[in-house]
Amino acid sequence: MKIINLDRISSNPILPEVKDAMIAAIRKDFANPSSQHTPGEEAAEALEKARQAVADLIHCENPREVVFTSGGTESVNHAIKGVAFANMEQGKHIVTSNIEHNAVIRSIRRLKSMGFKVTSISVDPYGRVNPQDVADAIQEDTILVSIMHSNNETGTIQPIEAIGKITREKKVIFHCDAVDSVGVVRLDVQKLGVDLLSFASNTFYGPTGVGGLYIRRGTKVWPLLDGGIQENNKRAGAENLVGIVAMGVAAELANQHMESRLDHLNGLKKKLLDELPEYIDEYIINTHPEFSLPNLLSISVKYIEGESVVLMLDDEHISVSTRSACATGSLRASHVLLSIGRNHADAQGTLVVSFGVDNTEADITAFLTALQNVVTTLRNISPLYNKIAKS
Amino acid sequence: MYSKTVMDHFRNPRNVGVIEDADGIGEVGNPLCGDMMTIYLKIEDERIRDIKFQTFGCGSAIAVSSMLTEIAMGKTLDEAKKITNKDVAEALEGLPKNKLHCSNLGADALQMAIKNYEDVKSGKKRPELKRKDAHEHTHGEKCYCPYCDIEILPETTFCEACHTDLKENH
Repeated sequence: MKIINLDRISSNPILPEVKDAMIAAIRKDFANPSSQHTPGEEAAEALEKARQAVADLIHCENPREVVFTSGGTESVNHAIKGVAFANMEQGKHIVTSNIEHNAVIRSIRRLKSMGFKVTSISVDPYGRVNPQDVADAIQEDTILVSIMHSNNETGTIQPIEAIGKITREKKVIFHCDAVDSVGVVRLDVQKLGVDLLSFASNTFYGPTGVGGLYIRRGTKVWPLLDGGIQENNKRAGAENLVGIVAMGVAAELANQHMESRLDHLNGLKKKLLDELPEYIDEYIINTHPEFSLPNLLSISVKYIEGESVVLMLDDEHISVSTRSACATGSLRASHVLLSIGRNHADAQGTLVVSFGVDNTEADITAFLTALQNVVTTLRNISPLYNKIAKS
Repeated sequence: MYSKTVMDHFRNPRNVGVIEDADGIGEVGNPLCGDMMTIYLKIEDERIRDIKFQTFGCGSAIAVSSMLTEIAMGKTLDEAKKITNKDVAEALEGLPKNKLHCSNLGADALQMAIKNYEDVKSGKKRPELKRKDAHEHTHGEKCYCPYCDIEILPETTFCEACHTDLKENH
């Protein structure tokens, strides 16, 4: 039975071309790129080729500014803790937003327990930060601003360029968690004005377990891992060359096909958004109508709970994700949804529908048809819907 | 994640609905995560002749409600008063640990519905239905994190296990 995968924000399949490159890389038995012999040099060449492809994807002119990591989480930890440790003598104040990913939140919380001070900025009803609030939050002893590029729950994109201008002017280091954006939308580190940018290969159909951190030359940041001199002394440990080669190929493909992918994904998103009212009523769209990812739509369906929806759609072989507290291990309501003003009940009914380059319009129609049935079934069980219907 | 019995009751919930002329109604909820459950009873000769439920919540919450109605149907009130949340969880062949606290509210709703019936019968005015507060101590006197169900100290305002800020009155 074919599964319709509309949960790409959780994981993406690896593209066939990327799989081929990975298999070839495994077969090749690469030597250590740090070795001086010929096989070592061959490995170093493959490493640098991948680095160039990744640098091109984010319009980074100097590939040495790209550091390969084990994924988005490591990149974020490296950026935030690395800047904090390297600059703590200048100050201990960090500015961030209320809707960051847990990698950012928990990195900063760790620093908080070590004596750092934090200002967390609230967002508008679509989850956007007002750049002026960042300017106002920066103090004499602020050493880092960390704001995400796009949000993994709502898809809303932040005004990073405007924030970048402020951090430049105030000479504060700016980290941007762009894990869900790099390889999906066009992105230029020069224009954005960021000093550090975190990203992951699986966002653009590369393997998991490999990612990157852009570190603008001259940015004061400590390594997270100490050891050898790999990655220009910025990240110790023999490189995951199979993963890195694959990420390079995935980056090249993303760069090459960006426009056609954007057209396709925006088309699917528009179809979903336009046709949704024909299938269900009483819902809230949490995704910004203009500034948002092309491949994600967050929908709060009223009077029902998201985990139940996910389980029932799974019976129809359709995968989506929910931001219901019931579906997370911690059973907490999503901090992002609460921050943009959803109440607990509406947060409970929130679905994240995210699609990939291989999804079709037929997939969207199948989802909408199944969703209509599921919503009807669950609302018939729901005491909330019953009360509303009566009144 | 869920047992076969849970999934069966989730997919085909028994006794869903409202009894318009109910003799007793019980309503519980956990506003922290949002689950809500309403139980309707029809009583004849001190025996549960009909029972229906409505639930807003996860797969586990729906399965709990359904199983509870199956257990309680046909029981005398004395028998029904002995039904506990633990009985329901056991009949479902267990629930995930983190769901025990928040979604396993069926027996509480049943007991409230029985009390509601008895109050009305004894001439008390039917009280305004009141949902259970966010965090009553449903299993013993100890404190548990309302989010991950790990035991916590009464005065703590932060759960080390799931990194959640807690209200002081948990």
